Amino acid sequence: MASPRADVPSKIILSASDLHRVVDRIAHQILEKTSGATGTVLLGIPTRGVPLARRLADRIHAFEGIDVPVGSLDITLYRDDLRLHATRALGKTELPGGGIDGRRVVLVDDVLYSGRTVRAALDALNDEGRPSSVQLAVLVDRGHRQLPIRADYVGKNIPTALSESVRVSLTETDGLDEVKLTGGDDL
Amino acid sequence: MTSYLLRGVSVVGAEPADLLIRDGSIAAGPAEGAEVIDATGLVALPGLVDLHTHLREPGREDAETVETGSRAAALGGYTAVFAMANTSPVADTAGVVEQVWRLGREAGLVDVQPIGAVTVGLAGKQLAELGAMATSAAGVRIFSDDGHCVADPRLMRRALEYVKAFDGIIAQHAEEPRLTEGAQMHEGEVSTRLGLTGWPAVAEEAIIARDVLLAEHVGSRLHICHVSTAGSVEVLRQAKARGVRVTAEVTPHHLLLTDELAASYDPVFKVNPPLRTAADVRALREALVEGVIDIVATDHAPHAVEDKECEWAYARPGMVGLETALPVVLSVLGERWDLIAERMSRTPARIAGLTGHGTDLAVGDPANLTLVDPSARRVVDPSELASRSRNTPYAGTTLPGRIVATFLRGKPTVLDGKAVK
Amino acid sequence: MIKHLRSAADLDAATATLILDTAGEMAALAGREVKKLPTLRGRTVVNLFYEDSTRTRISFEAAAKRLSADVINFSAKGSSVSKGESLKDTALTLQAMGADAVVIRHPASGAPHRLAAWVDGSVVNAGDGTHEHPTQALLDAYTMRSRLGRLEGLKVAIVGDVLHSRVARSNVLLLTTLGAQVTLVGPPTLIPIDIAAALSPATKVSYDLDSVLPDMDVVMMLRVQTERMQDSYFPSAREYSRRYGLDLARMRKLPGHAIVMHPGPMNRGMEIAPEVADSSRSTIVEQVANGVSARMAVLYLLLGGKA
Repeated sequence: MASPRADVPSKIILSASDLHRVVDRIAHQILEKTSGATGTVLLGIPTRGVPLARRLADRIHAFEGIDVPVGSLDITLYRDDLRLHATRALGKTELPGGGIDGRRVVLVDDVLYSGRTVRAALDALNDEGRPSSVQLAVLVDRGHRQLPIRADYVGKNIPTALSESVRVSLTETDGLDEVKLTGGDDL
Repeated sequence: MTSYLLRGVSVVGAEPADLLIRDGSIAAGPAEGAEVIDATGLVALPGLVDLHTHLREPGREDAETVETGSRAAALGGYTAVFAMANTSPVADTAGVVEQVWRLGREAGLVDVQPIGAVTVGLAGKQLAELGAMATSAAGVRIFSDDGHCVADPRLMRRALEYVKAFDGIIAQHAEEPRLTEGAQMHEGEVSTRLGLTGWPAVAEEAIIARDVLLAEHVGSRLHICHVSTAGSVEVLRQAKARGVRVTAEVTPHHLLLTDELAASYDPVFKVNPPLRTAADVRALREALVEGVIDIVATDHAPHAVEDKECEWAYARPGMVGLETALPVVLSVLGERWDLIAERMSRTPARIAGLTGHGTDLAVGDPANLTLVDPSARRVVDPSELASRSRNTPYAGTTLPGRIVATFLRGKPTVLDGKAVK
Repeated sequence: MIKHLRSAADLDAATATLILDTAGEMAALAGREVKKLPTLRGRTVVNLFYEDSTRTRISFEAAAKRLSADVINFSAKGSSVSKGESLKDTALTLQAMGADAVVIRHPASGAPHRLAAWVDGSVVNAGDGTHEHPTQALLDAYTMRSRLGRLEGLKVAIVGDVLHSRVARSNVLLLTTLGAQVTLVGPPTLIPIDIAAALSPATKVSYDLDSVLPDMDVVMMLRVQTERMQDSYFPSAREYSRRYGLDLARMRKLPGHAIVMHPGPMNRGMEIAPEVADSSRSTIVEQVANGVSARMAVLYLLLGGKA
């Protein structure tokens, strides 16, 4: 995630209230598609997937009074691009009590882009146990997939240029809620 | 024989003048037919004399030979070197010292004066035939088990006494062997940090203290090799004040380098006695200026690559030094030419009883001298050394001064900074 | 990120903490059924052992294999090493084989420093002479943090043959970096000269174990070889044990929460009584398990990124 720079123009794609609406909608969709979230576990991918998963669980609880187990799944050790970057610090992997065997896992991440993170997450999940099925929820799908992967729940589709970057901010990690598009050829 | 006129040379730092070399000696009068060397800005010193050189021949000709070591010496400004006895076979008989002496004369680059072993095979058990070596063609006057200490006090006493008969001198490698078993470097903060077995200063100081008392008791001459600690300086200062006939040497590396260099674990910095602390370096420099330490000697110790490109503990101790000695001393003492001549030429020649070297370069003196360009700077490149070995601790270091020419009895061994043969 | 781990002094507080945190994640993964991770697939780790140390070699081997690295064991026995091939020639061979990391155990202090000059890959010191053993210090620090919850401000006594101990040197450096207060305890003959100046000015030295114990959070007993007697470091095993051995009576002087550590292998009855080694305060078995996690963390941090 590139840090915002004053001299790079950017535009807000989702404001705080947009973002809250989108999370509400995904929560509803999960309830709908999983027959009331039975046997379902939400696993956030660090960093921002984790608070998103927690928010989804909170909304589901608010709507239906159902407690969906939430956990985190760090994928660093499964990445295929480790040798392209300086060594990364590991995130937390915390599976909810009862594990994931035989359950429906919904992976939660902020941005879906090349699909490589999700590929790594599927590998990591495979080593953790055997879910009955795996679904994917993302706040933003910006396109440019490099692998045959699609999301089951998408907050917002944002057509982007490769030169642009999508920056998701969440109050838990960044102090505010918003999604910005920065950079780009025309700017 | 070619005559040379050194035009505008500063003899031992004096006002520039012309110096004529004819028929092997310093001469006066017309310089007709002499080859003129423009010596503007250059300083002439009496040819340097090294009381402590390892030439490795016979036995380790892969590391150095009398010839390659002689060439290195000439390039360093030396006209005489004393070859230590720890060869293979050991120079403990008239036969071996004569062999080394003859090889030196054949090479003809410096006067190679063999040092005889004190004890048979350097084993510290039984006196070698010191008298036979003294009366041999090599005319040995200095005896040393260098590399090993003559640790047995009774044997040391006898050796000191015995050589009085032919005005010999015992050069002691001061190292109490029980205190230095397995020792790898100076014992102190750095050895503790690096986990290397320490070589305590007291192991040197205790032997020097003992030996100056022995020398005093029997009225003999004693020379201490490669003094390396501030404590040794104090022992020597007191002994000299009492009138003990003791002389001492310090190596260029102990005047410049410290034990911190071991932190690289590169055995090029491994030497015996080991590099000491900055405080020791300071004390050694002061003692050299003051005269408590009489001379600089190189302890030139060539080693084959495989003996140095290895783990620290497995490496052999020693550094080459003939080609860098004067630049190092120049960087330490500055351009104090008379002091340098005293410590590197006149006094060592006097200690060894070597005539014809270490002169004042007066008319009639043998033309054993070297020409130094004090303004030149040189980055030490191990691959450029004339020594057969590359184990210099100064690789990449910029040192002042360059030897332009060296003359041995009027014949150039070095011209334009290059060996003549 | 650092390239080599030759000394605990290669680690600043941030890097050391990152390794311990990473070790914690690795330890969590070790609880799963599938212990293997694909992280270092295609990377080659060579275990170059010039000393017999089955436990350390196995620990590194397990760590590398759990991260899917290819592991080559190159031991002094039955190889060209025993035929006198030089370390440099061996290094060039490993270089030609494309070793991404070389884990070296060697009887000569500084051998890892020399090796690092001759290979392009990372060098990990698995114990060199009487110098250092940094991964042991990391697993020790990890064990202390897991048991006691922190390192900052911990009071740690390291007891025994500090002079010949690579474990002690690495622990003093690492623990001090991480804010612990180390006291070295042993007979004066086995405490190296200028130790505080050499490693860390805050290091304390005591010759009296009994007076130190009541104040300690951790007491780490070092292996003492009875051969040291021959060199007059102490008069007899019995006297050593009486003055510096940790028996039940001495263990009772420790605060209730304090732990007892030993890097192994132990001389039961010499520096540590069997009842102490097997007590609930003892972390000796945990230390072995934590060793794999700590070494996984080191290998990941050295090899898990752009070279």
